[in-house]
Amino acid sequence: MSAQTAHGSSTEKPIAFVSAQALRERMHTAVNDPHLRSSFRGAMDFLMAKRAAQFPDESELASLRSLSEGIRQYSLARLPDLLEQLEASLTKNGVQVHWAETPAEANAIMLGIAQRHQAKLIVKGKSMVSEEIEFNHAMEAAGVGALESDMGEYIVQLAGEKPSHIIMPAIHQTKQQIAKLFAEHIPGVEYTDNVDALIQIGRRVLREKFEIADIGLSGVNFAVAETGTLCLVENEGNGRMCTTVPKVHIAVTGIEKVVEKLEHVAPLFSILTRSATGQAVSTYFNMISGPRKPGEKDGPEEVHLVLLDNGRTQAYADEQLRKTLQCIRCGACMNHCPVYTRIGGHAYGTTYPGPIGKIVSPHMMGLEETHLLPTVSSLCGACGEVCPVKIPIPELLIRLREEAQSEPHANPAMVGQGAGYNKLASFGWRMWARVYGRPGSYRAFSWLATRFRMFSPSKQGGWTAARTPLTPAPRRLRDMVKDRR
Amino acid sequence: MSSPSPGAGQAARAYPARPAAVYFYATCLVDMFVPEAGMDAITLLEREGIRVIFPDNQTCCGQPAFTSGFPDEAREVAASQLDLFPEDYPIVVPSGSCAGMIRWHWEKIFADDPARKARAAAIAARTFEFAEFLLHVVGFQRKDEGAPVTVALHTSCSARREMGTLLMGRELLARLGNVKLAIHDHESECCGFGGSFSLKHPDISTAMVSDKVASLKATGARQVVTADCGCMLNITKRAAREDIDAGRATASLPGEHLATFLLKRTGGRK
Repeated sequence: MSAQTAHGSSTEKPIAFVSAQALRERMHTAVNDPHLRSSFRGAMDFLMAKRAAQFPDESELASLRSLSEGIRQYSLARLPDLLEQLEASLTKNGVQVHWAETPAEANAIMLGIAQRHQAKLIVKGKSMVSEEIEFNHAMEAAGVGALESDMGEYIVQLAGEKPSHIIMPAIHQTKQQIAKLFAEHIPGVEYTDNVDALIQIGRRVLREKFEIADIGLSGVNFAVAETGTLCLVENEGNGRMCTTVPKVHIAVTGIEKVVEKLEHVAPLFSILTRSATGQAVSTYFNMISGPRKPGEKDGPEEVHLVLLDNGRTQAYADEQLRKTLQCIRCGACMNHCPVYTRIGGHAYGTTYPGPIGKIVSPHMMGLEETHLLPTVSSLCGACGEVCPVKIPIPELLIRLREEAQSEPHANPAMVGQGAGYNKLASFGWRMWARVYGRPGSYRAFSWLATRFRMFSPSKQGGWTAARTPLTPAPRRLRDMVKDRR
Repeated sequence: MSSPSPGAGQAARAYPARPAAVYFYATCLVDMFVPEAGMDAITLLEREGIRVIFPDNQTCCGQPAFTSGFPDEAREVAASQLDLFPEDYPIVVPSGSCAGMIRWHWEKIFADDPARKARAAAIAARTFEFAEFLLHVVGFQRKDEGAPVTVALHTSCSARREMGTLLMGRELLARLGNVKLAIHDHESECCGFGGSFSLKHPDISTAMVSDKVASLKATGARQVVTADCGCMLNITKRAAREDIDAGRATASLPGEHLATFLLKRTGGRK
């Protein structure tokens, strides 16, 4: 099973690219953009309030989180077996299962299916995995059209952008910007910033495309091993259109999305929608269990599932890092993140932004490209506090900092281990430990620092960029304590 | 790691009876930068009839290295602190983040060293953040001798999420008859300090602390009170920079450690 092969064996370049310098520049631009700041602040406040309203009872939330964490950990503990069971169940149901280790493999599999059907247009439901593998580019490069049908994704595609949020991809766009995009890109459409009118325009365009598309693509929220059922959570009905109208349906997802039983889905579904958009339940919940059977009036003739690794087995192999894979992609961590709120989703330069992006991207892209990401956090813990499956995100950020900054060594747990290794910084921390790890040295150091406080620098790097300098007190607490006695 | 998750235990935490003595673990920041906060906390405890022991070999809990991804260095420093508390007295820490480090993370960093791990666990079990100790163990109740004032309370992320002391800080202030607490906008949000974060990502840290200062000032509070000196220095030194930039001669947002504030209000310090 290719899902169990080592990620490290792949020599392929990651598709996306985040250099430390580029990341710094993007963050700098974003945080100084007052429009971006106020729109993300407003949107995140709205989403936080919506979520809070769904969980009036703290103890109910606590028990649902524990249950959901338990289900995810139970599923991951049996992942290899569950994946085999899922493949068997789906095959029995008439679904063709494919395994892809890399984004390129996943795209090649899906392009192969498209070419076999001489497809000209693939209409897509929302799928972050398809973003992760840059599916649209891969198809378009081969002359196959790929059209987003989720309204947010459609807007982002028209604008030539990537999603800025995993649940609300176009949250960075104002209605005026969307009105302009529609007027520019959709023939016969005049500028209107009436939201209802804009949605009707989008619906009309997409409705035509559903009818002519050769293939429908979707993601998967939960794949049930026992029954071979693909569950899809959505609000717009476009997911149902994509998975029922075209003759071929391709679902693509990460290998971690499997659960054993149907009964495991209910709690996860409940906590997902409440955490994500503050909805008690989503407008649509699709359970796909195979192609159209003889005598049935609708449904695709062919259903495929592409299961993607792309670094997930690397996370899986380490007991602590495995917790990354518990994620059900609700986006609550970004909604509550003070950093995400201030820089928005695009600044990260990764498919998945925000706290979850910081812990999952290093496995997908390697630490060479992403070693700075885990440092962009004050470790405030808001993400871990709201995570519906209790991923200890701050703890994982600390672990990733260690993986990135430690001296390169043999048999690392992660591709790119040591990519952020800095000899001077490591030396500095060793010296720090020498001083603070020996009470006598610390006493001497702190005595000098306080007695010679007039020599403490007035420029203190990032600190004094916006604050007055830190100056040691004239006397230490230990001196004051001694004097008194 | 199968260690208890941070904050998971505080709801059920059992507090001991008022002890004869406590160890005071000042933290390096208080020792060198805000010693008066430490002194005021010690005075408050002593005024309640509790002997305060200040172990002279105390340096740092190791948190800066731990959170920066240098566990070996954190371990070296934390290991040097395991001998400081030979008697079975409670350990009081005037900082949510340092208390959180000792209470939840020392055990983790000694995961591969059973002897030290056991000692760390024993220390963790009797480590208390200052506000929780003052409220739940001491049962602090003193007459407020100060003039009526409105203050804002900033609770550090570690105090809130690892030590669970948000409501304890509020309760201590509520016990002062003339103090009105103003809850600021986005009260639960981080002030942007985050240790090395403020140095590594000054743009974002500045955006966060500027917003925090604005929210605190918008309450009309005379000052901010907090039980973490890292946050206090971040917030007040940002406010001081804004005062300089605006040509203001007096501090628009002074700050004090909770211990200093409580002691001054209850006649313990002029």
